[in-house]
Amino acid sequence: MSGRDAILGKLRQTLGADTNDATRREAVERRLAKPPRGIVPERGQGSDAQKVKLFCQMAEAVSASVTRVRSPERVPRVVSDYLRAKNLPASVRMGTDRRLKAMPWDKLKALDVKSGPSDGFDEVGVSHAFAGIAETGTVALLSGKDNPSTVNFLPEHHIVVVDVKDIAGDLETVLTGLRRKFGKGRMPRTLNLVTGPSRSGDIEQKIILGAHGPRALHLIVVG
Amino acid sequence: MEVTSPTFKQNAVNALHDAQLQKALGNVRAGFIDKRRKAADALPEFDALRDAARDIKDHTLAHLDLYLEAYEKKVTESGGHVHWAETAEDARRVVLDICRMQNARTVTKGKSMITEEIALNDFLQLAGIKAVETDLGEYIIQLRNEHPSHIIAPAVHVNKDQVEADFRRAHDYLPADRDLTEPETLLDEARRVLRAQYFEAEIGITGANFLVAETGSSVIVTNEGNGDLTQLLPRVHIVVASIEKIVPTLNDVSQILRVLARSATGQDMSVYTTLSTGPRRKGDPDGPEQYHVILLDNGRTSMLGTEFQDMLRCIRCGACMNHCPVYHAVGGHAYGWVYPGPMGAVLTPSLIGVDQGGHLPNASTFCGRCESVCPMRIPLPKMMRHWREREFERGLNPATQRYGMKIWAAFAKRPRLYNFATSMAIPVLALFGGRRKRFSALPLAGGWTKHRDLPAPERRTFMQQWRERESRKQGASA
Ligand code: SF4
Repeated sequence: MSGRDAILGKLRQTLGADTNDATRREAVERRLAKPPRGIVPERGQGSDAQKVKLFCQMAEAVSASVTRVRSPERVPRVVSDYLRAKNLPASVRMGTDRRLKAMPWDKLKALDVKSGPSDGFDEVGVSHAFAGIAETGTVALLSGKDNPSTVNFLPEHHIVVVDVKDIAGDLETVLTGLRRKFGKGRMPRTLNLVTGPSRSGDIEQKIILGAHGPRALHLIVVG
Repeated sequence: MEVTSPTFKQNAVNALHDAQLQKALGNVRAGFIDKRRKAADALPEFDALRDAARDIKDHTLAHLDLYLEAYEKKVTESGGHVHWAETAEDARRVVLDICRMQNARTVTKGKSMITEEIALNDFLQLAGIKAVETDLGEYIIQLRNEHPSHIIAPAVHVNKDQVEADFRRAHDYLPADRDLTEPETLLDEARRVLRAQYFEAEIGITGANFLVAETGSSVIVTNEGNGDLTQLLPRVHIVVASIEKIVPTLNDVSQILRVLARSATGQDMSVYTTLSTGPRRKGDPDGPEQYHVILLDNGRTSMLGTEFQDMLRCIRCGACMNHCPVYHAVGGHAYGWVYPGPMGAVLTPSLIGVDQGGHLPNASTFCGRCESVCPMRIPLPKMMRHWREREFERGLNPATQRYGMKIWAAFAKRPRLYNFATSMAIPVLALFGGRRKRFSALPLAGGWTKHRDLPAPERRTFMQQWRERESRKQGASA
């Protein structure tokens, strides 16, 4: 007997699956077809402006830094200011996301924009978020042809651009957005929910930033 | 790993005499309790979410066969492979087969309790494959040839001077005069050393906090980012997870996430929550080419339908041990196997047998704090009582403990009386503490209190005292 049959067989026996199979099946199918929304915290349910404000507050509370700009054209300038302020080389790594591509990077002659996945030698990575989540100050990043996941983890500094129109009050709203984008029951290969820069408390329970992922997370909120 | 649970009492005595360990355990008391309290208080829906989380898991367990099938179908659809393993040995064999197929020399590992449970590292080492732990705490204890003493803070028993000594010994190719006096410099060194390993490894192995039936995704929740590098950079990603990690939908993950990090570290959300679904897609610039999930039973199906079923709701947050006076006193290693604290006291006899782990449920003062903080509302004290009854029936206990058990069983069988007795617990324990307000002879816990006085609870609860003080103040100002 295979491991599969043995485990499932034992489960069915314990759960008395034969007698009430139809009801059990129905309960499972119903839940999978229509995931219950559950309890969603009040704190993220304000107006759009309140959501954006909460998002920024929560992100800063977990040691991310935040800059707000009016339009996407301003993003390259904010990135280069960040590099200068942190004394970093004028070089960034990013995927070919069309929202990033559309920004006027070429106006900054001194800035070297490297395209594609990170090889582990990049100081700074730039990504565009699929969404922001106000209740926890989290950004949601999706992998795909134009969005390498390595950019989210290997560089020392991670800069994430997020549109105010994509800032939701809660995680459930973002999950609904994913179902709409990819189809029911489907997901991108990787969904990263990132809340602040990497940290560890493993030595004497003292929290230190920059464990294996980026030491700093900078969010640029557009709109 | 060698099981030392049967000698729990001696382990505990040794731990109580270990000054360094006692100092380190102070970090557990100081660090985790306040942070959890603050995070829980800041979310008005916290307790309602605990109920929701409990109900989600109960529903899932009642339909576990069907959700496992649904999950398997989704993983396969997304190009991944599902392997079913009844025992630890089966799971190890699947891992080894995949390693052999890939000619793997090195595997990196994200932090996972399940691979501790199946003792994977030792097994791979015997097969000539180097397994590198990448979580900082796990890396430290791997260098020390030890096992985790806490399920979310594996090196909580180690101090920074010991880490420095370990790093100097293990990284002897680095300049001897480098400064390693601060946690920051130690972390930096680990970061640099491990970077190379992620790129070298052919295979990355992680556990999973959740497996999602709706989408076939595995979910890991971490703060360091090592788990992500482990599953992202090597050619092959293997997920090892026990069958009760299944949840029905993404929304259910969201509900439980809201209580997980708050209960564990007092964060609203851990830094990295990552959902992985299948291998690299067409056109993807990075990610693993193969994605395997090993679904492990290893005793879970036998817990289902018994008085220990509720334990299968556990999400391994560590809150029960963070709040446990026994854990605070003796640390995690005394428990003698993989899982320490109250959850370990219940799980260990279930997973490795009552003759090996049967002493652990005695390591309880029945103060009830573990249950009161457990995000999944697992009735841990009740389950420890079940084990004690079973052990009592089997006559495994020494006579004095059996005697204590009889009195205690009389209470336990009459719930109203038991509640009455536990509401009396504070005055009773304070009595035992005597004038010095320390315990030297705690009933039912013989062995280890002999060697170390436990602080006795104040006679009145905090609320009572506070109220009294307030009314005194008001009386004074009136
Ligand atoms: S038993 Fe409860 S408190 Fe303990 S680790 Fe499991 S979920 Fe957390």
